[in-house]
Amino acid sequence: MIAELGHFALTMALALAVLQAVFPLIGAQRGDVSWMSMAKPAARAQCVFVVLAFAALAHAFANNDFSLAYVAANSNSALPLAYRLSAIWGAHEGSLLLWVLILALWSAAVTFKSGGLPMAFVSRVIAVMGIISVGFLLFMLFTSNPFLRQIPPPLDGADLNPLLQDPGLIIHPPVLYTGYVGFSVAFSFAVAALLGGHLDSAWARWARPWTILAWVFLTFGIALGSWWAYYELGWGGWWFWDPVENASFMPWLLGTALIHSLAATEKRDVFKNWTILLAISVFALSLLGTFMVRSGVLTSVHAFATDPTRGVFILIFLGVVVGGALALYAWRGPRSLASADFAPTSRESFLLANSVLLSVATATVLLGTLYPLVIDAFGLGKISVGPPYFNAVFVPVMTPLVVLLGLGQFAHWKRDHFDRLLAALKYPLFACVLIAAGTTAMVGAVTGVEAILGLVLAAWIVSTTVRGIVQRCRRRQRPLDALLDLPPNFVGQAVAHLGVAVTIVGITLVSAYGVDKHLRMAPGDAVELAGYEFRFDASRDATGPNYAGTEAQFTVRRNGRQVAILTAQKRHYAVRNATMTEAGIDAGLTRDLYVALGEPLDGGAWSVRVSVKPFVRWLWLGAILMGSGGIIAVCDRRFRRVISRATRGSKDAAATAGAT
Amino acid sequence: MTPRRKRMVSVVLVLAGMGVATGLILTAFEKNLMYFYSPSEVAAGEVPAGRSFRLGGLVVEGSVLRSPQGLGVWFTLSDLAEERVVYYEGILPDLFREGQGIIAKGQFNNTGLFVAEEVLAKHDENYMPPEVAAALEKTAAAGSNPQ
Repeated sequence: MIAELGHFALTMALALAVLQAVFPLIGAQRGDVSWMSMAKPAARAQCVFVVLAFAALAHAFANNDFSLAYVAANSNSALPLAYRLSAIWGAHEGSLLLWVLILALWSAAVTFKSGGLPMAFVSRVIAVMGIISVGFLLFMLFTSNPFLRQIPPPLDGADLNPLLQDPGLIIHPPVLYTGYVGFSVAFSFAVAALLGGHLDSAWARWARPWTILAWVFLTFGIALGSWWAYYELGWGGWWFWDPVENASFMPWLLGTALIHSLAATEKRDVFKNWTILLAISVFALSLLGTFMVRSGVLTSVHAFATDPTRGVFILIFLGVVVGGALALYAWRGPRSLASADFAPTSRESFLLANSVLLSVATATVLLGTLYPLVIDAFGLGKISVGPPYFNAVFVPVMTPLVVLLGLGQFAHWKRDHFDRLLAALKYPLFACVLIAAGTTAMVGAVTGVEAILGLVLAAWIVSTTVRGIVQRCRRRQRPLDALLDLPPNFVGQAVAHLGVAVTIVGITLVSAYGVDKHLRMAPGDAVELAGYEFRFDASRDATGPNYAGTEAQFTVRRNGRQVAILTAQKRHYAVRNATMTEAGIDAGLTRDLYVALGEPLDGGAWSVRVSVKPFVRWLWLGAILMGSGGIIAVCDRRFRRVISRATRGSKDAAATAGAT
Repeated sequence: MTPRRKRMVSVVLVLAGMGVATGLILTAFEKNLMYFYSPSEVAAGEVPAGRSFRLGGLVVEGSVLRSPQGLGVWFTLSDLAEERVVYYEGILPDLFREGQGIIAKGQFNNTGLFVAEEVLAKHDENYMPPEVAAALEKTAAAGSNPQ
């Protein structure tokens, strides 16, 4: 009964989404206030019904209602409650419902937080989000309804994929999706600006906090996914250049370009064309990501059983939404190329160059991800593009990007002088030379090229960031007060950039100096790795609620002193007949010790993977800093002050907007 | 600089950047493309010598043999028409199992043994790598209408 209510709620949500899409849009074109005023209530009501549908599905999972085909396929009565609830997004139908829920929540948030914006503009934004919502609700109701009954119901469910039975996977998909879907707000702002013809810096100011917030979620989502892969897949890898990872990484790269381009558009009224194009492209990549993950067209370590027919729908939807937006851009896009003037040595130039570099990086990832598909579609053979391709292309693109990042956050807007930059940056340059010399002395110039490059780049970011803060504070009379007084926008930027440096240190050191050994070990055996002695103490039975397992205990010593005790597990989940590895990890700021069991061999021995991973935590620590930087920047009063100023003039704005 | 010259300079810079990027991508592509072959294609001599590639098929039941010391393992991959023996040293993925479709990356040594550097099996036990599924379909199609 509750499932039927859920189904009904979805249908209601679709009807409301149609209202939300059609009336405000026509109203905004015609200047009809009563039609425009339908936007907010429709979006909020739609959100309520989607929440109801989601709650209905959650109820079915919580109460083991296996008469629902989706619940039966993805849950089991032996599954703990937390995993029964996270199983909602354990497969296609439910993750789509999560997608729609998050879209509805973003839409509702826009209705509540856009009080000061011109009515016509807000109506258009909400209408565009309504159109996206209509597409996804149709998709769900026609091809992937999670509320379909299965008669007769099975006695018990087929269980959740054991790989997903992990705390990391409870939060990773919602966070990642919040990021993905959040870029629909930037997209809708761009389309609304195109429709209304108001391509001034104001729309950039309104779009900025939303875009940064989406980017923050995407950053955290990707970091969580990487962390999960690290400890749950049992390979000790943190990034595989897997198509599904690339699907989330591409919007992130281009989204990074977008938040910087938006800043330039807001502050200096430049790059309007480019910013609009980026906003459209980032959302296009989010949709493409959804398509790739769900269509089953790609060979991927993440590709769960999927259904190609559904991919076609998303592809058509992608074509309509993005094609429509691009056509609108061609038709209504900013005509004049003569935007505000800036010198070749200026913050604008550096931002533009980095925007282009990020786009090139995105394009290379896109090429490497899609090329195998294209070749296959033309019947030219089956190929795959391995991680070495991505590494070979990525480092040369990222190196100039980091150099320009340092210059850009330090240079003045509009016009700066190379001589001034050079003089002001003598300390950062000196710091880089020092780090380069130090690293070379420690690891040697030839063998340590990667390490030297990575550490120098990190040092460059840190030193230019610090120099930037000093420059800003020195201008004031009391530098210390000025330090406490720095605007959140600036602090956020500094924190995020330091995060980039921290991540670079992590990537560099773990790639260059991580060691990894596969070997056969029986209880009592010991192995020496990177100065650590790993001893296999004993193995014992470790059975959980829905699996049978073995647990192996390892003691790690350094110079005879005990450092850590690691327990690694091998689990067998009976319902799915699946074997899972739970790695034993001792996390540390400067190194992780990692042990994972392979398979049981003769005589109580196991194949064992033993690794020492220097500075691997810094990868995720850097991502946390980047995300935190974004959050700090969003808190800037500037964004709120702007809105309240707009509130005062909102009547005029609504009147003018209505007249267009 | 006049705005016109400035624009020219920036266009030249962007084009130069694009050129470098394209060059990088093409070289990286050239070196890192991995082709997929089924055992039948291997038997038909379609595989270029001395290059590593991906060999995919079903792990034949009862073919998995472990070395008594170390981590060496031999197994046979089949596309139901032809078979090839694979040798791998290291930890096999959790979903490696007899009867399962898997992909091995590596190359043939001079005795005709396929030495794998990496073995891929998928997260989901019902999931078949698309390449393997296609190879099996081809075999099935060839079997049903012999020419």
